[in-house]
This record gives sequence, structure tokens and C-alpha cells, in this order.
Amino acid sequence: MALDTVFRDQWGRVLATLVGFLGDIELAEDAAQEAFAIAAERWPRDGEPASPAGWLIATARNRAIDRIRRQRALADKTRLLARELASRPEETMNETTTFRDERLELIFTCCHPALALDAQVALTLRALGGLSTEEIARAFLVPFETMSKRLTRAKHKIRDAAIPFAVPPAYQLPDRLAAVLAVVYLIFNEGWGGGRIDLAAEGIRLGRALAELLPDESEALALLALMLLNDARRDARVRDGQLVLLDDQDRSLWDWQQIAEGRQLLQRAIARRTTGQYAVQAAIADLHLHQPRDWHQIAALYDVLAQQTSSAVVEMNRAIAVAELDGPDAGLAVLDQLDLGHYRYYHSTRADLLRRSGRDTEARHAYQRALELAQTEPERRFLTGRLVELDP
Amino acid sequence: MQYALLIYNPDDDVADQAQRPIDPGIAAVLARRDVTGWIRLHAPGSATTVSHQEDRMLLTDGPFVDSKEFLGGLVLVEADNLDGALAVAAELAELRPGRVVAIEVRPVRGEEISGA
Repeated sequence: MALDTVFRDQWGRVLATLVGFLGDIELAEDAAQEAFAIAAERWPRDGEPASPAGWLIATARNRAIDRIRRQRALADKTRLLARELASRPEETMNETTTFRDERLELIFTCCHPALALDAQVALTLRALGGLSTEEIARAFLVPFETMSKRLTRAKHKIRDAAIPFAVPPAYQLPDRLAAVLAVVYLIFNEGWGGGRIDLAAEGIRLGRALAELLPDESEALALLALMLLNDARRDARVRDGQLVLLDDQDRSLWDWQQIAEGRQLLQRAIARRTTGQYAVQAAIADLHLHQPRDWHQIAALYDVLAQQTSSAVVEMNRAIAVAELDGPDAGLAVLDQLDLGHYRYYHSTRADLLRRSGRDTEARHAYQRALELAQTEPERRFLTGRLVELDP
Repeated sequence: MQYALLIYNPDDDVADQAQRPIDPGIAAVLARRDVTGWIRLHAPGSATTVSHQEDRMLLTDGPFVDSKEFLGGLVLVEADNLDGALAVAAELAELRPGRVVAIEVRPVRGEEISGA
């Protein structure tokens, strides 16, 4: 297996165990990086070990212990470790030792509400995704320095304020899990990628880890289902650099295996709990894949979602369903209540309904506003095309 | 670990809040073992701010930040980690929702605190 792939797959697991052991993310990162560097040197020569994670963790742990013994100052930073060393002076770890998977502890730490949202996102990508600071900076279009400071400040806050490295107690879990899922979904939806970074793929990877670690949590399963169902259409969305609307997409380009997987997860999620926010969104995503679309069901689910989230964007999507059932004017009535002037899809949605309502002048203005806010070439081409159609 | 809970109260022209008796619910929390110290401050009008400007010490009448809310008190708590300290802050905030606008929770440096 390509070394690069192994490393990316193992980073989160290795780092999590090291953070648990060392009690400090920066120390754990240094130790992990050392171990990965040694592996990069030795594995091509000696072959990949039977348990890559075990080898990496054992190596990192031993290097960290050596380092701390040599540097008194570091030991003072990790009181926990000092105590541990005192009680077990010569314990050597090897790759066959079973290390607990502490990725849940790590992700709950990274997504602690005491950290700002952009810090949670960056830290999750760094700690669990194994992305470099440079890669994360590029993905979110911020300068390297900015992202570097953001990560450092977050790690220092975790250290100085003693944000616990733990899975939250049962009574807090729903809220804290919601925060984690929101970060993962944000990663899936936002960011530009570029180069080898595909944030949608990162979101799905994180989603898979969560579903694996929390197989009984309906919302974790539902979020993964939602991401898989949406992502399955990626190859059909753009044709010749042009945006293709769902109804016009070549369904043979959809990833049906991924859709099947998403649908299975959705069933598992609903079996546990039908009312979670992500379960409802995933069910809507599934309904959109059927031809013809059951707009009654879709509208009904958006009703439920609107009540749960009081989100203007949800209302906007509900307006689209309303328009399908009751005509564009009914949809526009819903849109007019919303304060989404900064949101490009609000304007494109309004424009579409105005166009279908025969209100061409207003439609043109709305398309122009959407064009000003557009963020990709395919989007711009699509909107320009619509404007051309409206040109008398 | 020690945490300082900085209690912010709303500004109003009711009599000096330091004269108010301590709410019994709050008093119960303050009497707990995990609370290691607390102080109540006089109203912000009684404050004087010392700052260093262009080589001189400057005295200003009033609090450092002049806003609708002011620092009313400080509670020191002992907790294993941030979540423990946040739980106490949440308790206090819930007890007096009108009087406690916000509580800033900050770790205290070092293992020892003196006085209080």
C-alpha cells in the first residue's frame, strides 16, 4: 500500500493515542512526526510492519519518553507523564501492544465549544485529518501565517485552560456531538480544495471515523449518509464547464454504490431515531434522487427541519418545494420573509421563481445579484446563460 | 487546577450592588469546597484606572472598560479541567439570570495562589 496513504490513514489514530499519553497536542505532534519520518526511512527498506499503527505509536512513545528524560523542562509541562514515568520506569512498548483508539477523545477536544468555530475546523483537519497547516490554509483561502497562528492559539488554549481530553458524559453528549457533526459537515460543504486536497472527501473520511466509533449514534450515521448521498452526484454536476441542474444530470454518472451505502446508513439511522436533524436532511437528499420527485414528502420533511433548526437556509429550500407544489408565487412568498441577502443561492433561487412567474425584469436583477456573488466558473456560466435567455 | 470566574453585572442606577445581600442560592455555591475564594466589588463608579502612557502613570476616573456591563465580582474555583469550572459558572449564571450578564472563565497561572 502506498506509504502516503498509510500515513494519512494512520495519522489521527496515532496522534490520538499520543495525546492521551503525553497530555499535550504539540508534544504529541512532534513525537508523531518523528515516528512518521523514521517510518518513511525504514519501511521502504525493511517492509511495512504487520501493525503500522502499533509500530508508529510504539516508536513515537519511546522517542517522546527519551526526549522528555533528556529535557527536564518538557517533563514539567507534562505532569501526567512525569507521574507515569515515576511509576513505570522501564516499560517498553512494541508494536504488538494493543493501543486504545482515542480518536473520539481527540475529536471532542478539537471541537470543544470553548474554541472558536474556525479553530475547531482547522484543528480537526490537522489533528484527525493529518492535513498540513499549508494545506488547510489553502483550502480555506487564508494566508499560511493566519492559519498557523490560529492552530497554535487553539492548542495553547487547550493546554492552558485544560480543555479535557475525554468523551463527554452522557448528559452532555447530544450537544457536544452536534458540535462535532457541525464541524464535519462544514468541512464537507465549505472550502475550495485545490491540489490534492478535496475537503468533501476529508469530510466523508471524518464522517466514516465517527460512524465507526459511534455506531449507535443515529445522527453520526445520518450525517455520513447525507454526505455520501450528496457526494454521489459529483461527477454529474458539471458538464463542459457548465453547471448541470439535478433534473438534467446524467444519472449513469452517479455513484450508485455510494448511494446504496448512504441509503443503508440512513435506514440504520432512522431505525434508531427518526427526528434527528441530519436524519431528516439525509432523507430529503434521498428523496431528491428519485425520479419523479415526491415534492409532497420533500416539503413535509422541510417543514420538520424548519421547526428543528429555525434556519433561514432551510426555509429557502422549503420555498423551492412549496413552489413545486403551489406555484412560484407561493414559493416567493416564503422567500420574501427571509434575510439572506448575502447568500448567493438565495438570489439564484429567487431569480428562478421570478422567471417561472413571468417577472422577467426582477428575475434579471436577481440573476445579476447571484452572478456578483458566484464563486465558481460553472456557476457563473450557468447564471450568465440564464441572463442571456432573459435578454429580449 | 484553579480557575477565576469573572462575574459581569448589568449597569443600572440601583443602589451599590455591594450593599445587596448575597442571594441564598449563590451563597450556597460559594460555601462549597470547590470554591476557594470570592470577592464582591463596589460599583464601577468607585473605580480608578491606572495606566502607563508615554512614560507617565495616568489615573482615570472610572473602570478600564466603560460599558453597560461591569465586573462585579470574582469567584475562584478548584476543578480538574475546564469543563468543571464551566459547570460552576453555568450554575451561577442560571441562579441569577438578570443580575449575571456573563461570566468569563480563565485559568489561574501556577499552582499556588496567595491571599484571598
